[in-house]
Formats: sequence, structure tokens, C-alpha cells
Amino acid sequence: MASLDPEISRTQEERKKMEQQLASLTSVTFDTDLYGGNNRFEGYEKSIPVNDDEENFDAMDSEVARKLASYTAPKSILKDMPRGGDEDEAMGFKKPQRIIDREDDYRRRRLNRVISPERHDAFANGDKTPDVSVRTYADVMREEALKREKEDTLRAIAKKKKEEEETKEADKEREPTAAQPAQKRRNRWDQSQEETGAKKAKTASDWDLPDSTPGIGRWDATPTPGRVGEATPSLSRRNRWDETPTPGRLADSDATPAAGGATPGATPAGMTWDATPKLAGLATPTPKRQRSRWDETPATMGSATPMAGATPAAAYTPGVTPVGGVELATPTPGAINLRGGLTPEHYNLLRWEKDIEERNRPLTDEELDAMFPQEGYKILEPPASYVPIRTPARKLLATPTPLGTPLYAIPEENRGQQFDVPKELPGGLPFMKPEDYQYFGALLNEEDEEELSPEEQKERKIMKLLLKVKNGTPPQRKTALRQLTDKAREFGAGPLFNRILPLLMQPTLEDQERHLLVKVIDRVLYKLDELVRPYVHKILVVIEPLLIDEDYYARVEGREIISNLSKAAGLATMIAAMRPDIDNIDEYVRNTTARAFSVVASALGIPALLPFLKAVCQSKKSWQARHTGIKIVQQIAILIGCAVLPHLRSLVEIIEHGLNDENQKVRTITALSLAALAEAAAPYGIESFDSVLKPLWKGIRSHRGKVLAAFLKAIGFIIPLMDAIYASYYTKEVMIILIREFQSPDEEMKKIVLKVVKQCVSTEGVEADYIRNDILPEFFRNFWVRRMALDRRNYRQLVDTTVEIANKVGVADIVGRIVEDLKDESEPYRRMVMETIEKVVANLGASDIDARLEELLIDGILYAFQEQTSDDANVMLNGFGAVVNSLGQRVKPYLPQICGTIKWRLNNKSAKVRQQAADLISRIAVVMKQCQEEQLMGHLGVVLYEYLGEEYPEVLGSILGALKAIVNVIGMTKMTPPIKDLLPRLTPILKNRHEKVQENCIDLVGRIADRGAEFVPAREWMRICFELLEMLKAHKKGIRRATVNTFGYIAKAIGPQDVLATLLNNLKVQERQNRVCTTVAIAIVAETCSPFTVLPALMNEYRVPELNVQNGVLKSLSFLFEYIGEMGKDYIYAVTPLLEDALMDRDLVHRQTAASAVKHMALGVAGLGCEDALIHLLNYVWPNIFETSPHVINAVMEAIEGMRVALGAALVLNYCLQGLFHPARKVREVYWKIYNSLYIGAQDALVAAYPVLDDEEHNTYSRPELMMFV
Amino acid sequence: MQASDRFNINSQLEHLQAKYVGTGHADLNRFEWAVNIQRDSYASYVGHYPILAYFAIAENESIGRERYTFMQKMLLPCGLPPEREDD
Repeated sequence: MASLDPEISRTQEERKKMEQQLASLTSVTFDTDLYGGNNRFEGYEKSIPVNDDEENFDAMDSEVARKLASYTAPKSILKDMPRGGDEDEAMGFKKPQRIIDREDDYRRRRLNRVISPERHDAFANGDKTPDVSVRTYADVMREEALKREKEDTLRAIAKKKKEEEETKEADKEREPTAAQPAQKRRNRWDQSQEETGAKKAKTASDWDLPDSTPGIGRWDATPTPGRVGEATPSLSRRNRWDETPTPGRLADSDATPAAGGATPGATPAGMTWDATPKLAGLATPTPKRQRSRWDETPATMGSATPMAGATPAAAYTPGVTPVGGVELATPTPGAINLRGGLTPEHYNLLRWEKDIEERNRPLTDEELDAMFPQEGYKILEPPASYVPIRTPARKLLATPTPLGTPLYAIPEENRGQQFDVPKELPGGLPFMKPEDYQYFGALLNEEDEEELSPEEQKERKIMKLLLKVKNGTPPQRKTALRQLTDKAREFGAGPLFNRILPLLMQPTLEDQERHLLVKVIDRVLYKLDELVRPYVHKILVVIEPLLIDEDYYARVEGREIISNLSKAAGLATMIAAMRPDIDNIDEYVRNTTARAFSVVASALGIPALLPFLKAVCQSKKSWQARHTGIKIVQQIAILIGCAVLPHLRSLVEIIEHGLNDENQKVRTITALSLAALAEAAAPYGIESFDSVLKPLWKGIRSHRGKVLAAFLKAIGFIIPLMDAIYASYYTKEVMIILIREFQSPDEEMKKIVLKVVKQCVSTEGVEADYIRNDILPEFFRNFWVRRMALDRRNYRQLVDTTVEIANKVGVADIVGRIVEDLKDESEPYRRMVMETIEKVVANLGASDIDARLEELLIDGILYAFQEQTSDDANVMLNGFGAVVNSLGQRVKPYLPQICGTIKWRLNNKSAKVRQQAADLISRIAVVMKQCQEEQLMGHLGVVLYEYLGEEYPEVLGSILGALKAIVNVIGMTKMTPPIKDLLPRLTPILKNRHEKVQENCIDLVGRIADRGAEFVPAREWMRICFELLEMLKAHKKGIRRATVNTFGYIAKAIGPQDVLATLLNNLKVQERQNRVCTTVAIAIVAETCSPFTVLPALMNEYRVPELNVQNGVLKSLSFLFEYIGEMGKDYIYAVTPLLEDALMDRDLVHRQTAASAVKHMALGVAGLGCEDALIHLLNYVWPNIFETSPHVINAVMEAIEGMRVALGAALVLNYCLQGLFHPARKVREVYWKIYNSLYIGAQDALVAAYPVLDDEEHNTYSRPELMMFV
Repeated sequence: MQASDRFNINSQLEHLQAKYVGTGHADLNRFEWAVNIQRDSYASYVGHYPILAYFAIAENESIGRERYTFMQKMLLPCGLPPEREDD
């Protein structure tokens, strides 16, 4: 027995563990990521800094935050914030473009926001007292104040709790519960959500706890589809069902342990502040009380649904808490199906759970008997405390049948929705994704539209149109969008926004969908104009997150909408809507509001907003308001840049008192705003900053940490605005602090210090000596350390600052200090040194560098170059190239050594090394020539030639590039190996399909064809011509262009006939791109070898009765006349008959191409006396003006434009007059189009050519002035 | 396609006419066109100093007065618009 017991306990232990796992599967699990765990305040920053996390977004990441408006690089690169791998796991697979997937936690907080109910429009209703049911500004403000108060209280409670907790800590230590660490952690606000989810499941499913089901602890969470549970700092540690009321709860909804099991509906009726929406069937609260306070969250959710305006008791609509609803609803089997508000996630969960339950259904005693051996097992009594799970919610969720077998149940007839198979949608509606059912589910009910009330019909119509916009094909989308726009006023603002805005809060929204929906809002805004006023805040809630999106276009879109919104609603409404958010408890809300305000300011003008800003920045009530107000100023500066200048003084005055604010965050943001203002105003406006200079410079002596960093940053941006004398004085003042902070271990401080040093140093008044003596020693001691090279941003900043210092103190000082480090053992550090040297030397040249330093430098560079192992070779190459090129002839002594290295490395086993060596040759070739090392170069040429058998294309490309560089500098005649040997070796390489090889090879071949064609027999060139035809297929434009040019050189070298024959034959190929390139090549050959050598053959080719060939000929002519310009005058008569024929051809493309040839011809010969031929051609072009195909009509119109230039506007006007008042509208339209382009092109010239109109009885149309004669 | 196309061209036309006042369209009538012609003509006379000088000599007026009259004439160059028949 005794031996059995530990075994049993072990089994029980294991079982418990398994059950926990199971519980986490079978319980009502939601995506904790989206809905939040029990712990609702996690990730929710408290407003008063308990820790300093909040400032992360403000000061420390300010670099990022400030630049949000401009950077577009992927977030992952700029900020190494690890994204939770959990969510990827949970998804299993990822849809690529979902917005939520690329958002970080901060941005995801947008989902916390509620779409607030519409507000009172003071303008529309005049002086009338608003109805009680309408939310007025006062209501909203009261609610905000309440929230803040609640926040404070909760914080106080939390603090107290924590203290208690700590005192208890010692007692608890002995209890070895698994939940212990979890509990402790749960008190923390910054804890990640999923963690709690898992831990909670563990504690909750402990079967010693009666009644506990993991799912039920969520009475108080309102996991609406988009919302992370509204956080509370309450220290609810576990399932609240089985806890006695804690003092921390305002009104404990989950006080009675029995309540959950017995009367599921009764408990939450108390409506705590975090309550779920009231559901039908509960005691109906009085509307008055609801409105006043408690329903904030639920009511808003309710009103975001079609039932807007209904009492929140009816908030039993789509969009409302799925879980709460299930729990509260009577557990009838049909209940789930009746509910429209099943989220897709929830639905999937249900289906999945059903499946799992089925497989994991409890084993019966008989089954167990059959499974286990009879001996060695003992049937235990269940513990006394064990109570089977009877919670209706769980049952209900588990399977829709209350008692029956959990197997298959015949589905009810006529269910509201069918989830498994996407139903054919009636009326040609587009496909609906599972997520969309929640919003568009109603469309699936095939009700008779006739029976619906007009309101419902309207709703339906809007839904249909939105669905088409969201999921439809482009034409569907286009018409739906237009209909929505046209009927916007008819639909009304309310129904429209109540439909659109919840869609935008959908957590599974994709970029494209969001773009489309935002577009809908934009269009609708235009039409609704002042009708949007009650909805301004709603719209802002969904649009503001766009302002901090990482996608540039989303930010622009967001700005555009807010700007239009403020123009439609007016300043007063905008302020009224956003004022309450200014001191919202949530930092996220304040941040986005500040950004939105800056957009309003830029839309409506800063002066309009100044009084308001002034008031906000001086708010006595809360520091949050001041903080946000000052932040608005910062955002304005960032957004509108130098346009702040006219208002600079007033903006500075508004925020200056913030530097002495009692709250350190306000001080920080003030300094950052000043920095932004100074940056925007640069290089003007120093006088506006006069008043803040003193507090800033005093501040840097008294502050530490983040505030100091912000102050330094402000100073860094203000100093460059100053006059030289002041700049030098103030720099010296600040430098003491800066030098002290050089040692700061704080990364952010380092970056700011570096930046400020850069700004100070680059100012005019700061002397080189001062820098050299006072700054440099400390600077190098603290910053030029290996660690700095590891972080990308530090690296950048340090290089930039050092380069800036070098600009002041000269090359020798800087290079002398770091040159030794080229031999450092850390490669990233060597690279940083190399990059700095490269930039410094490229900026300032190498004349300062003395012989000793020169030696060290070359030595170091060679070392660094040879020792590099990383993939990014460019820094070393560029550095090497820059140094060698700036040293010029002084490199001569070192060249043999360098070349030795190169030769040795060309023979290296590693492809990378060979490639670098070859690349290096192409960088130093020019200098080698300067040093008269032609023999050495010839030698290198031979070596490279031997390596042409290289099999790695990247390396081969580099080798070809190196050969090209050598050929370029030493010329064709001196080249070794001789060209006649080199070129035949290149011909087969032309076949290589690798782009880099192709490009370098064709460049080299082209170069030889241009300069040294005579060294190669004509037959070789012809062979190359054939190879070149293949290269016309290349994807890269550069290659095709080089090829086409090479044709020109070859034609010049060996005469056009053979090349032309090849090219004309190539016109017969099928590929369009190939033909186009061929025509270009023909035109180029014609240009290089004079047109008369080419035209006869070309025109002869036109007789081939093949469309492609004829079109090719015409296109060649078109290019030809474009290239030869004025020379065309000699050939125009020759080609006219051909063009006549083409312009009369039945084939559209003939006429189109001929028209463009005519255009180029006309433009080329304008003013050269070819009018007769041109008029003749115009007569052939003119009948084509009625063509409808866009390319043809374009070509024809351009030909006519060309004629206008060549023949004069008057002549074309005469052609035009016949149709301007033609009885047929179609004709008139075309003629007026021609007239308009004529008019735009040559308005003045037409004056003399207008027809003479006769006066009518009342009107004078004649122009007597033109008859005057002296 | 057709409908949207026309929509497009029309919108372009509106844009065009907003940018260049003197451009026309298929529904322009004789009077409107004539007004454009007249205004363009006067603008051209005023814009080319030699022509202005020529007219001044021909009419024996000062150049300034010529310029002034031309500008005045641009206001209602063809008189009041005729009653529209179709409205």
C-alpha cells in the first residue's frame, strides 16, 4: 500500500498535468493575444510612471517616433523588438498581409479603443438643450474625469495590495504551489498576455477547487472581437468564481462562488465597471443610470451595431462579446445559432472543440474495465472536494446538444447561418470570408426585401455595397464605391459609419481592405460634409492608428482623412471631439490624438488652433493634458516642417513653461518639442528660442537621465541656428555636460550625445583647436571602442559624428588616432574604422597625411582587406578605393605589394576572395595608370585573362569588370593580352545568362568595338552580332541598351550591310521585346552609319508581306527619324510613299506606327522647308482622328501636334474648323479635343487665324482692330 | 467600360477647362466661342507691344489708352449673352 501510494500520487500528478493541458484545450480559450487574459491591465501603461516604460515611446525611442513620419524601412531593421513568436504558433499559418501581424504591441493597442457613440452636434441643433439620451461634450468629459479618478483609485489600491503581498511573501514561500510564480508575476502590469493565459489555466483546472472552470473567469472580460480585454490593475489572481470578494474590487461581480453554476445570469447584473454588456434577460437597468456611467464600454459596442440608439440592454448584436453572450444565454441548443454575433474565431473554436470533446469524451466504467488489467490497479474514490464540471457555459460551448450523445446531432432546420460551407451569396455578392460573417451575416438570410422596413432595407443596401467594396472584383468595387458616394447623403451618416467603422476595427483586416474602406470614408466624407459632426470621434478612433502605422502610405492616407474630416466638421467640432482624449489615461490614445491634432492644425491653419493649444499646455488639471498639448506642438513641427516659421515664436511661448514643469515627462516632451521646432525651423528662427535658452542651459546642469537627454537634444538642434559667436559660447557651456555624459552607459544617451556633438561641431563658431584639445581625447576614449560597432545605429551615428569632427580638425588628427585600429581583432570594429577613414579621406583628400601615417594607413588597409571574412565586402572595397585614389601617385611604392596581394587572392580557393580581388583591380586601375605602372597593369590583364574560365558567375562578372577597367585606362593598343586574343575569348562568355556576367561582358565588348574594332577580324564581329541578338532578350534594361549600342559600334567598324541583314532577319522573330530592340538597333545603325546606307534595305524590307516585319520597319523608321532629327529633311521625300501606304493600311498598328514616325519626322524637320511633304502626310493622318483605340488615337494626336509645330497652328486650325460645329456630337467632341490641344500649344498664334465672324443684332463678333492699316 | 470611359474623359475635360479658360467642348455655342476669341485677341494685342504701338498709330491714340480700352473691352467683348433658345 505504502509503495503503491507514491506511485498513485505520481500518476495523479501526471494526470493533473495532462488535464491542465487538456483544460487549456477544452476550456473556453480565446486568442489571449486578442482578447487578453484575465489580467486585464497588462500591457496597459498607467499614466503616472511606476516604471519608466511609457517614456520609451517618447524620449528614448524618440528618434524612431519622430521619424515615423518619414521612414519607410521595415520596422524589424530599425528596431530590434522581438515579436512574440507565440502568435505565429497560434496561427499555425500566416496570412501574409494582415495588418495585425506586423504590428507591435504598442500599435496593437488600437484595438483597445472603443468606437464611441455619436455625439451631440451643437451646430445642427442650435440652442436647443440636447436630449438626455444624446452624449454631449459635457458627458464625455465627465466620463473621462471619472475614468481618471478610477484609475487613480485603482492605482492606490494596487499599490496597497502590492505592499500586502510583499508582507505575505514570506509566508507563502513555503507553499510549493505551481501557481506561485504566476501569481507573483500577475501583479505586474507589463507582463505578457499569453503567459497569464497559460498559467491561469493551470491554477484554474486544479480539481481541488470546486466549480472552477478556466473559461468562466471571464465574466468581466469583454472580449469583443477586436478588443484586448480592457485592463484593470485589479489583482485578481485566479478564477474569481471561487474567491471571496477582494477589497480591491469596486463591486465584485464574481463574489459568490455558487452563483456561476446555479444562476449564470444573475451575477453580473451588478454591472461593475468592467462589466459585459447587458444582455436581454437580465434585470433591465434603468436607462438613465446606464447612460450616466457604467455602460461606457458596452454601450459603445452596442451602438457600433445596427441597433444604435437602442438601450444598451439590447446590445445583443453582432459585435458584442461572444463569450459573455454564450455564458449568459439560456443554454438551449439553438442558442448559438440564433446569435448573429459569433465571431469567426469563436466559431472555429466551437467546431474544433466539438471535435476534441468527441474524441476525449469521458470513458465509461465498462470501457475502463476492458482496457486495464484486473490486477495491480485500484479504483480510488474521487476526492471529497471533487465536483464534476457542471457549468453550463462549458457544456454549452462543448456541444450544442445539452444531454444527448456528444456525437452527431441532426442539425436544426432553417438555421440562421451556415458556417461550414460558404453559401452562394444571393444577388451576385462577392465571396465572404469567415471573418466577415460577423458583419455581413445578415445578408445571408434570404428574407424578402419587400417585408423589411425602409431602414432595414437601407442597412442591407449599405452592407451589400460595403461587402462589394471589401471583397469584390475591381469593377464591382468601382460601381459599389460610386454608389456609396452618390447616395451618401441619402443613406445618412449614421447608418454608413455604423457599418464602416466596425469593419475597420476588425482584427483580421488586411492592408488592401483597410485601404479600400478608408477610401470609402474619404469619398463619403466629401458628400456628407457637416453631417459627419456627430461621428467625428468615432472616425478618429479608427483613423488615428493609421497615423502611426509603419507603412508610409497608410500614414499619408490617415492624414488625408483627418484633414478632410477637419475641413468637413470644422475646428470647433474637432476640438470638442478630441479634447477628452487629450488627457486620456491611455498613453496610446494621447499619442495618436496628438498626431491627429497636428494634422488638424496643418489642415485648418496653426493660428486657429493656437488659443486652444495655449490653454491645453497650461492645463492645471492634469499633467497628461499638458504633455499632450506640448506633444501636439512637436507633431506640428514634424508634420509641416519649415512652415512653422511664421508661428514659431507663439509656439515656443506656448510650450516654454513646460521646461520647468513639475512632472518630468512634461519637461522631457517640452525639450523634445523644442528640438523638433528648431529642426523644422533650421536655419532660421533663433530669435524665437531666446526665451528658452536659459532654462535649457540651466536644465542640463540640474537634470539627469532621460530629461537630460531630451534637453541635450533640444540644445543640439538649437545651436546650429545661432550666430557663430553665440554658438561657440553655448557649445562650450554644453560641452562640459556632454563630455561628462560620454561615459554614460545608457545607449540612448550615447546616441543623443553623439548627435549633439555632431551638431555642435559642425557649427561655424566652434574652433578646431577647442575641439582638438577639449573634445577629441575624451571622445575617442569613450566612443571608439569595439562595442560601438556592434549596434547599427550607434555605428552610423559614431561614423557620422567622427566625419563631422574631421571636417573641422582635419584628416591627419582623426586618421592618426584610428589608423592603428585597422588592425584590431574585431572585424565589425575594423569595418567601422575603415568606413570612417573612407568618408574622411573622400571628403578632405589625403594631402594632410604625412609619410609615416601613409605607411601605417596602407599597411592597415591591406591588413583589414585581407582579414575580412564577412559577406559585406563593400565597405572594405570602397575604403581601399577611396584611400588609394586620394593618395594618387603616392601609392606607387606600395603598388607592387598591393598587386602581389591581389594576384595571390585571385588564386584563392574562396570565390568571395577572388571576387573582391577582381573588384579591387577595377577600383585602383585609374591610380595605377597615374603611377605609370602600365607594365604591372598589363601583367594583371594577362592574369585576369587566364582566369576567364572562372565558373562562379559573380566572380566572372568581377573579372570582366576588372579587365574593362584596365582596357579603359591603358587603351586598346597597349593592352595585354592583345585585343585580337581577348575578344574571341569573350564571344562564348556572351552566352552566359547571368546578369552580372552579361552586363560586364557586353560593356567590355562594346568598348572594344568602339575603340579597337580594327584589331579583330570582321568575321569575329559578325559572330558576335549573332550572339548579341540573344542578349536583346535580357531582362535588365542596361544590358539591352549596351547591346543596342554595340550594334552601332560594330556596324561602324565593319560597315552596316551585314549587320543590317542580321537585324532585318531578326524582325521576323515572334518575341515582341526582341523585335523592339532590333528596331532600335536598326535605327542606331542608321544613325551611326548615316541613314542612306540603311534606308534602301529597310524600305525594301517593307515589301515582305508580313505584319511583324512591316511594323518593325515602320518602328525603325520612327526611331530613326527620332534619332536623326534635322538630318531627316534629306530623307523625308524618300519615305513619304511608304508612309502613305502605311497610313492607309487596314491594320491599326501600321497606322499607329506610321503616325508616330510622322510625328518624329515633323518635329525633326520643323522650319526646314519640307512643308509640302508634311501637308501631304497630314492629309493621310487626319482621317485617323476618329480612331478609338487608345494607342492609335494617341499616336495620331501626337502626329497632329507635331504638324502644329512644323506647319504652324493656323494651318491645323483650318483643318479643325470644319468639325467644331458639326451636327454630330461625336465628331464635335473629337474636333474640340484637337482644337483644345492646339489652343494649349499655341494660343497666341491662333489669334491671327480665327475665322471672321459676322456681327449679330445684339452681339459684335467681328474684330475690327485686325482691319487697321497705316 | 464605355460609361466609365466617358466619365473619365469628362472629368479630364473639366480639369482642362479649369486650367485653361479658353478651351472648348462639344456644347460650346457661337457666342461663347466668340467671347473666347475676342478675349484671346485683346490679350494678344496687349501682350505684344509692337502691335499695340501699331494700333496706337493707326487710331492716333496713346499706347496707354489703347491698352486700357482693350482691357476694358475684354469685360464684355461681344455684348450680353443671347437668350438661350433651348432653356
